[in-house]
Amino acid sequence: MRQHLLALLAKEPAHGYELKLALEQTFGQAYSSPNIGQIYVTLKRLEQDGLVRSQDVAQDSRPNKRVYELTPAGREELAAWVVEPIEGPRVRDEFFMKLVLAPMAGLADRMELINAQRRHYFGIMRNLMEMQAGMDNATPAARLLVEGAVLHLQADLDWLERCQEEMC
Amino acid sequence: MLTPGGRPPNPGAILGTRGLVKVYRPGGVPVEAIRGVDLEVGVGEFVAIMGPSGSGKSTLLHVLGGLEPATRGEIWLRGQRVDGLSASAWAVLRRKHVGFMFQFFNLLSTMTVADNVELPALLAGATSRQARKRREELLAELGITAKANMAPSRLSGGEQQRVALARALANEPSLLLADEPTGNLDSSSARDVLRLLHRAHIAGQTILMVTHDAKVAGLADRVISLFDGMIADDAKVVPAPRKKAPVRDVFELRG
Repeated sequence: MRQHLLALLAKEPAHGYELKLALEQTFGQAYSSPNIGQIYVTLKRLEQDGLVRSQDVAQDSRPNKRVYELTPAGREELAAWVVEPIEGPRVRDEFFMKLVLAPMAGLADRMELINAQRRHYFGIMRNLMEMQAGMDNATPAARLLVEGAVLHLQADLDWLERCQEEMC
Repeated sequence: MLTPGGRPPNPGAILGTRGLVKVYRPGGVPVEAIRGVDLEVGVGEFVAIMGPSGSGKSTLLHVLGGLEPATRGEIWLRGQRVDGLSASAWAVLRRKHVGFMFQFFNLLSTMTVADNVELPALLAGATSRQARKRREELLAELGITAKANMAPSRLSGGEQQRVALARALANEPSLLLADEPTGNLDSSSARDVLRLLHRAHIAGQTILMVTHDAKVAGLADRVISLFDGMIADDAKVVPAPRKKAPVRDVFELRG
C-alpha cells in the first residue's frame, strides 16, 4: 500500500482519511480498501523513511489534522515503482499442487478435486456477476477491476479443463 | 430401460433424457459423441452445459432439439416422448415449443430483421397482425426497434444475435436452446446478449445453453460439465462464501 499512498500524495497533499476516501471512490466496493488504522501506520512508516513529511493544520472547533506531502525522496521511490514491471502470472498454484500430489498418495480422486474446485470458481463467478450488474454508475477503474477478476477466473477455469483433459 | 409409453424421468421437468447415446459413423467407424446422458431441466431453469471442445456439448444440444436423431435412449419434452419423432414432426414441435439460438445467428439474409422475427409466429399460425405485434414487443425489449427494416447483414454481430434471440422467443417457447450464443461476439456485445438472456430467464424463460463463456456460470442456476460424451458434474451454482471483497478471492491468491 506504500506506493499507492505515495501516488495519491503526488497529486496533492492530504490527510489519512482523505486518502482512504480516494481509494474507495476510485476502486469501488469490489476492492476492500485498507482500514484507517492501516493507513495511519503506513503514513507513519513512510515519514520515518523520509518519503513523506507532515504538519498539523489547525481546524475550527475540531482537533488538528495531520496533512502529509511527498518529499523529493518519496517522489523518486514513486517514479521507480511506476516504471518497474510487475510479476507475471503465477507459476505455482495451490490447487494444482493438490491435484498433482494428493492422488499420488491415494488421498483423492482427480475428477472429484476438479469438480469441487470448478464449483467453487462458479460460485465466485456468481458473486462477480452480481457485483457487475450493480456497477452502471461505478468508475471505469472499479468496473475494470471486476472485469479483470472475471477474465482471470475464466483463465483458471480453462486451465482446470486442460488438467481434466490431460490427467483424468 | 423403459419402453415407449413409459413414464418420463420426472413429470415436472420440461426436458428429460435417459441413457441418451449418439453415435456418428464417419467413414464407417463408429464414434460415440454422447455416451449415456441422463439429465433433466425443470420449468424456469437456466442450465449451462460446459466442457472441452469435443466433449459432445453441441451434439447433445442438437439431439435434444431434434436437429439430429438420437442413436439410443429417451428424450422427453413437456412430458411427451420425442426421440422417435420424424424430422417433420420435430419441426412442428420446435415451431411451437423450442426456440434455437446459434453461434453464427443463422438469420435469413434475404429478409428484413422484422420479417426474420415475424416468420416463426406466422409459420405457427398467427395472424400477420399478431405476428407484427409480437415482433414489435420483442424488438423494443431487446433495443433493436430502429433496425427493423434493415437486412441482417447490415447489423453488428451483437445486434444480429439480439435479432436471433427475438426470433427464438417469438412463439414463447417452453424451452430456449442456445448453442454458444456469445462465441462469435466481442466482449461487450457478449455481455449485452448475456444480460438479455438473463432478463428473459428472470421473466420465466427456461434456457439450456452450451457455452465456453464462464460468465454464463455466474448467471445460470446450474452447470452441467460434459466430458467425453458423459456428464462429469451437474451442480447448482451457489455463491461462494464472501470473505472480504470477491475480487480478492481471485486477485490476492496470486503471486
